[in-house]
Formats: sequence, C-alpha cells, structure tokens
Amino acid sequence: MTPDVRFELLWPEFLVAGLAFLVFTLDFFVRPARKEVLAWVSAAGLAVIIAFTVPFLLNEHDSLFDGLYRVDSYALFFKVLSMGIGIAVILGSLHFVDRRLTHPGEYYAIIIVSVLAMMMMAASGELLTAYLSLELLSFCLYILSGFALQDRRSNEASVKYVLLGAFSSGLLLYGIVLLYGALGTTHFAGMAAALEGTGGVDGRLLVGLALVVAGLGFKLAAVPFHMWAPDVYQGAPMPITAYIAVGSKAAAFALALRLFYEALAPAYDEWQLLIAGMAALTMIFGNVVAIVQTNVKRMLAYSSVGQVGFLLMGIAALSPLASNALMVHLVGYSVTNFAVFFAITAFYNATGKDDIPDFAGLAGRAPFLAAAITVGLFSLAGLPFLAGFVTKFYLFSAAAAEGLLWLAGVAMVASLISLYYYLQLIRQMYIERAPEDEGGSVTVATPGVLAAVIGAMALGTVLLGVYPEPVLATIREATAALLDTGSAWPTLGSAGQ
Amino acid sequence: MSSMEGALLFALIAVPFFGALVMVFFPADKHSLIHWYTRAIAFVGLVLAVYLFVTYDTDGDLGKYTVDFAWLPTLGIRYTLGLSGITTPLVLLNAIIFMAGVLVSWNVTHRPKDFFIWLTLLVSGVYGVFLATDLFFLFFFYELAVVPMYLLIGVWGSSTDFTKMEPAEGPGFGGGGKFDRPKEYGAMKLMLYLVAGSVLVWIAIVAVWAEARSATGEASFAIASLAAVEYSREFQVIFYPFFMIGFGVLAGLWPFHTWSPDGHVAAPTAVSMLHAGVLMKLGAFGILAVGMVVLPEGAEAWAPVLIGLGTVNVLYGAVSALGQRDLKYVIGYSSVSHMGYVLMGLGTLEVIGLNGAVFQMFSHGIMTGLFFAMVGIIYERTHLRDITVLEGLGKRMGVVGAFLAAAGLTSLGLPGFSSFVAELLVFIGTFRTYPLLGVLAVIGAAITAVYILRLMAKVFFGPISDRWADLEDAKPLEAAVGAALVAVLLLWGLYPFRIVEIIDSGVKPLLEGMGIA
Repeated sequence: MTPDVRFELLWPEFLVAGLAFLVFTLDFFVRPARKEVLAWVSAAGLAVIIAFTVPFLLNEHDSLFDGLYRVDSYALFFKVLSMGIGIAVILGSLHFVDRRLTHPGEYYAIIIVSVLAMMMMAASGELLTAYLSLELLSFCLYILSGFALQDRRSNEASVKYVLLGAFSSGLLLYGIVLLYGALGTTHFAGMAAALEGTGGVDGRLLVGLALVVAGLGFKLAAVPFHMWAPDVYQGAPMPITAYIAVGSKAAAFALALRLFYEALAPAYDEWQLLIAGMAALTMIFGNVVAIVQTNVKRMLAYSSVGQVGFLLMGIAALSPLASNALMVHLVGYSVTNFAVFFAITAFYNATGKDDIPDFAGLAGRAPFLAAAITVGLFSLAGLPFLAGFVTKFYLFSAAAAEGLLWLAGVAMVASLISLYYYLQLIRQMYIERAPEDEGGSVTVATPGVLAAVIGAMALGTVLLGVYPEPVLATIREATAALLDTGSAWPTLGSAGQ
Repeated sequence: MSSMEGALLFALIAVPFFGALVMVFFPADKHSLIHWYTRAIAFVGLVLAVYLFVTYDTDGDLGKYTVDFAWLPTLGIRYTLGLSGITTPLVLLNAIIFMAGVLVSWNVTHRPKDFFIWLTLLVSGVYGVFLATDLFFLFFFYELAVVPMYLLIGVWGSSTDFTKMEPAEGPGFGGGGKFDRPKEYGAMKLMLYLVAGSVLVWIAIVAVWAEARSATGEASFAIASLAAVEYSREFQVIFYPFFMIGFGVLAGLWPFHTWSPDGHVAAPTAVSMLHAGVLMKLGAFGILAVGMVVLPEGAEAWAPVLIGLGTVNVLYGAVSALGQRDLKYVIGYSSVSHMGYVLMGLGTLEVIGLNGAVFQMFSHGIMTGLFFAMVGIIYERTHLRDITVLEGLGKRMGVVGAFLAAAGLTSLGLPGFSSFVAELLVFIGTFRTYPLLGVLAVIGAAITAVYILRLMAKVFFGPISDRWADLEDAKPLEAAVGAALVAVLLLWGLYPFRIVEIIDSGVKPLLEGMGIA
C-alpha cells in the first residue's frame, strides 16, 4: 500500500456508514409510536451527505489503494444517484412501514447500509472489491425482502432470493478465479493490459468471462437468469420491490459498465455477441411474459426484466455515446419506476390489493395516483414527452451507431409489446368502472409525504423527457472519467462524445 | 426566432400544448368554461394558420419561417421548425378541423376536461409533425399525436353492436349477420397498429442517422442534412420501405389499413374528424417529407409498389364501403379508399401527381370531417348508425341531409368541389406514369358514386318511420360548422389556383432535391 493514500476522499462512505449506525442506535431511544423520526433522520442525513459530497468530490480524480477503489466523476455520479434512490425509498416507505412492518429502525438502517454498498460498487476498480460490495448489497436486500415477518410470501421471497443469490455469487466468484488465473490480476486496468498482451483468447478466459456474465446476469435478472425476480418482486414489501427494481439494478449496471469498459474492452469481440444476445432475449422474454400477468407487481417484475434488456444494449454497444445513453436511461428508469411503484404502494396501503382488475375505475377514485401511474407507464413504454422517449431514443441510436441496428430493432418491437400490457392497466384505471360492491367507490387517500414523493418522481419523468440536457451534461463528464481510466477503446474515435 | 413568422410557428404548437397543460388545473365541473377555453385555443390556431396561408409568398424566402434551438447536442438534435408550400395547406387543414371538431363537441358532458386536454395535446402533436424540420422532433410529435387516441376512443367512444337488433325488411346494406365490436377493441387495435408503424419509422430514423453519422462524422437529425448525405442504393432500397410502410400504416395503406375503419367508428365525433381528416394525412406526409426526401433512390425503386398498393386501397376501400351496415363504417372505408388516391399521387413521383396528392390530403380532410360531423349528429339524435334501420331522415333532418349530400358529392368527385380538382390531378399524374392503374382509379371513383348515392337514398329519402317523428335537425351551431366546411370545399373547388400554386411551390423544390424534376 502506498503511504500517501488520501483517506479523506472516503469521507462520504464513512458518513453514510456512520449514519447507518446512528439510526441503529437511535432506534433504542425512540418510543415505538414515534419511529417516524428515524425515517426523517435517515432521509435528512442522506440529503446532507449529498450536499457535502458533491462539492467535496467534484473535481477529484484519484485511485486509492493501488487502484482498488476509484474516486472520479463516474463514481460521484452513482454515489449521488444511490443516495437519491435511498432518500426516495425511505420517504416512500414511511406509511407502508407504519402500517405493515415491525422494527422500523433496522429497516431504515439496512437501507442506508445498502446505499453504502451501491456507492462502493460504482467505485470499485478491482474484481474482489466489486464482489464484496455486491455481496454487501445483496445481503441487505435478502433481509429487506423478508422484512414482512408475518407475510409468508415475503418469507418465501427472501429464501428464494438467498438461495439463488448465493448460487449466482458462486458463479461470479468462480468466474473471477478463472479470470485471475488467465490474466494474473484482478485490477481492471491490469486486466485490460493483460488482455491486450495475450492477443489470442484461451478457453479459461472464455469460461471465466461467461461465468462472470452469468453471475452478473443473476444480479441483474437478465434472461435466462431472471427466475427469482417475479417471486421476489411479488413477495417483498412493496417499497423494497421498488428498491430492488431500481437501486440494485442501477448499482449493478454501474459496476458492469465499469468492468466491461475498463477491464474487458480489449476482448470486446469475444463478449459483444454474448451480451447483445442476452439483451435481445431478455427484452423479448420479459415483455412477452408480462402480457399474461394478472398481479401488478408480477407484471412490473417482468417489465423490469425487459428493461434490463434495454440497459444491456448500452454495454453491448460499448461506446462513449452508449455509456451516456445507459446512464441517462438508468436515471429515467429510476424516476419513472419510482413514480409507478410508489403510486401502487399508495393504492396498496389504502386497499390492501394489488391485482390488475383491482385498479378498475381508479381514475375516478384517485385521479392523482392514476395520473402518476399513467405517466410512469407511458414513460416506460417510451412515449413522448416523458423520460422514456428520450432515453430510449438515445440508447437505441447509440446502439445503431455501433452497428447494432438489429438489436435496436428488437428493442423497439419489445417496446411495442410493453405498450400493450401497460395499456391493460391504464384501461382498468380509466375505461373500466369501479366495482359497485365492497367499497369500490371509496376514494383512495394518499398521505402527504407519499404524494409528494410520487409527484416529484412524476415531475422528474416529465422534466427529463422535455429537457434532458442538464442531466446529460453531468453524465458526459462521468463517461469522460470512465474513458480516462479505461484502457483501449475498441471503437475509440467515435464522434459525438 | 428571429422573425415574426418564426414566432407564429412556435405559437402554433405552443398554444395548444401549453394550453392543454394549463387546462389540467381547471375545475373539472366547470363545463362551460372548459368548452369556451378549448374553443379559444382552436380559434387562435385557426387565425394563425389562416394568416400564414394568406400571406404565404410562393416565391419568397423560406428562411423567415424558422425556429431553431439547440436541444440535445450530443445526438445533434435541435428544436427546429419551418414551413413549406406543402405544409402550409396542411396546417390550415388541421386548424379548420380542430375548430370544427371542438364546436361540434358541445355535447360532450362526460369528463369534458380530460377529453379536451387529450384532444388539444393531439392537435399540438399534429401541428408539430407538419412544422418540425428535425427528424427527432417530427417523430416526437408524431407519437404525441398517436398516444391520446387510446383514451379518447376507449373512454369517450362508442361500440358497434348488431347482435341484438334485427335488420329491417327489404334490400339493405350487408344484410343480417351478428356483428359486435366494442370500443376497447377499436382503441387497442388502432393503438397497436399505429405504434407498430411508428416502430418501423423509428428503426429507419435511427438507421439513417447512424449511416449519416458514420459518413459525415457529424451527428444530426436535421432532415435537410440527412437528405444531403449520399446513401448507397442498397441502403436506400432496404430502409425506404420502413418509412413507406411505417408511415403508411397511419395513412391507411392496404393491407395495413384495418385499424382505420374500426378505430374511426369507435371514436367520438371530434376524434373521428381529426383522425380521418388530419392524422391519416400525417402518414402520407411522412412518406413524402421524410421517406422520399431522405431516401430518394429508395423512393424511386419502391414507387411502383406504392402506387400499386394505393390502387388496391382505392378499389378495396370502395368495395368494402359498399357492404357496410354501420353508417360510420361506410365513411371509414371511404377514407381508406380516398387515402388511396393520395398514395397513388405520391407513387407517381412527378409534379402533377404530387400536387394532386397534397391537394387531396387537404380536400379529403375537410370532406371527411364534414362526413363524420354529420354522422355524429345523426347518431346523437337517433342513437343508431344502422343503415338498415335508418330511413327517410331527410324529412326531419333536411339540413344534415344537405351537408351530408355535399360531402358525398365531393367524395364521388363532382366538379365544383375541391376533390374533383385533386383527384383529377392524381389521375393525370397516374395516366402519365402508369396508365392502366389510372383506369382502375377511375373505376374506384365510379364505385364511390354507387355507395354514396345508395347511402343517401336509403337514409335520407324514402318513407320515414314513425319513430323518427320528433327528430331534431341540426342546431344553428352545427349548421354553421357544416356550412363553413362546405364553403371551404366549394371555394377550393371553384378557385383551386391559389392553393395549387402554394402546393406546387413546395413540391417542385422537393422533387428537384430528389433529383427528379
């Protein structure tokens, strides 16, 4: 270890960890009736840390512990995104936790720990560090998805998640071992250099690559490694479903993007088709199977599997443009999915139902929720003037620019399929009438905080769709950082960065 | 926006768009306020469109009609608007039909706020497609014009149900048969067809953009700069059909037309008017202003197919209209048939044919708007659209009958109405390029005469049954709308020179750009 490690650059991570312990500790001193305080402390704490981190790390560019851990604008971008996601989930959970969960202190603290894990994933510059932070995130999510102790579905979800997650970790580790055997290092930059040196690619390397892709595929819920997703989505507490759909995906893509760009770029030809094929399979399968779902959480689970396919395009294309596109699509996907999931959470809080026909006539009972869900679903389907339109357009253009027009075409068809099942839910809300019996005509009330979160996310969806340039400017810098530390670019010199 | 004209173009899209967003905050139960507010938005658009049309200078510099903002530089996307001889009449068409549609929607009392918000958004999308000169925004507005349809039809539309009612005695249209088409079916079918079409368009846009980017090293979505790139012939031949079929779906191109009758029948009156009157033109406009302009060699290679399919449209639509029992289905299939003339005109790839095609877009838009407005009135009064049951309405609804007759006569191409001129131009263009198809197209016009005259004879003339004794004729407002639309048809029928001159000033440079004229 070099003596001049600048530990102070890790302040944001230390602060988040400290916040988690603070919340754990505070839990002992807060009376059960006032546990809400913990949520506010957590959210405010994360907000303060964001406010501190951005100016603190703005122009920092360093590589700590011999390249194990990166501090650059790419990592900064995902740090802020992770903490933002954390705040949204905490505030969105408030009423759900109040009504349906016990142990709120642990709940919020574990979310904060998982935010820390997400921050570390984007900053890892080495395979084992990446693996450790990924596991930290996974463990938090295993616990969180089983948090509804009285609900057998939730328990089942957690067990499934743990078993398949452990299996995928095994694959990933074995892949890492093989890569280390073939290349002699686990540092991203070193791997790239070794790959360029070897010239040919041997079997060990290929198997290692395939296993790493499979392991990450499990974490991302990409087909054919998606089987856990629908059950976990359906069983987990609703805000955690949103968190798994958004947070874990954003972090896993942050990690994958850096891994493929910085370490594996020289072997582009070996894995591009693998990733592109997985992307095509994922988007088709996820969207087709979503059509027949009758439970809204399962439908969204398959829909988010489909979304993973879109995001994988950004890795398959591997260009600065594609990296921008992937990140902006992630941002759009996050706000959009939060808008939908939290609106559905609000509905569930009030009614305890989550099947698609239960939404009949919602436009009359809760115009705000219906509008937010519609905005979100239309955005997911890629309709204008919402985030999904711009980000998909960007992503598909970037893929086409790298010769993956066929994949872009598949993605557009998959988008069309997704519109069909999104419209089924919209039809229930706007065209069907509410059932007469069992209080179907009762208005669904949404508490203020939750309404504010939903409103903010829906507004974000619109703003990103109307004027994405400010977000993109930040993202371009993040991509530039990736390029800076990265090694050979197979498609270097592409215009438009 | 350096010029006043630029500001006007900007306002044309911005007024309905932001107008719709502002309407979100209106109290939902103030129906009268909402109606008047929407009328005001439509009227502003009408004034702007008329002004642009009247002051349009066919020899002048088009540079003054420019709006240009950088929007997403990484991909080379700019928010640019412009006006040409082709779009000027189409903008006017949109303004007229929107105004008429809002006025005949006085009877919308079911959630009028939501209805007018979606309708106004749709209209701003249509303006946007006509005015955008950046392919990204053209596509953006294209989708914006398509999306609201689902809810507009699904919530405010009407279903066709012939399962319960027996047809009246005597020779009728189509005869018995059980036929049941819920509005949700029409809405979903329309939505999926149109979005599937736009997926094809999207693929082509992205392909052209990527090809141009690798050829020039510069990313741009501006139609003009995409058109300036020399694409290989192979590329053009492969990707032109994506534009042709993708936009063609919206234009009702056979065999991708089947959404159109189902959708138009299920839609509420104003939406049918806008959709058949204006939105289908977006498709034809897209083929012309995007497909042909960007990929001229592809357009030439595929022109025989386009004109051939257009001819099928004309004949197939007309024959299908003959067999319909639902009044709106007759009009729906007649739209498919008439869009065939537009597609044929586009397929000729020569000045007269293209002039005819654009003029036919305008003329058919007004005509079909009039049709749907009048059919809407009949349906509102009788709650029926079944031709086998409706008889002798002329005795009670003379005014509606007269306007319907005017639309019908326009439809069959009677001299004096604008469609005569438009179809004549298309016929001339076709005879000069594919004489045999020209003959078939004229036969199509003859079949039109049969179904229109049979319809009029059955529904308006003949003995009236007692159940229609208290039927109310058109209200003054409805009569005024009908009269205004008939006046437009007559004006351009008797004095077509100015509008053809404007269209011609847009068509000629377009063909020159393609390297044809």
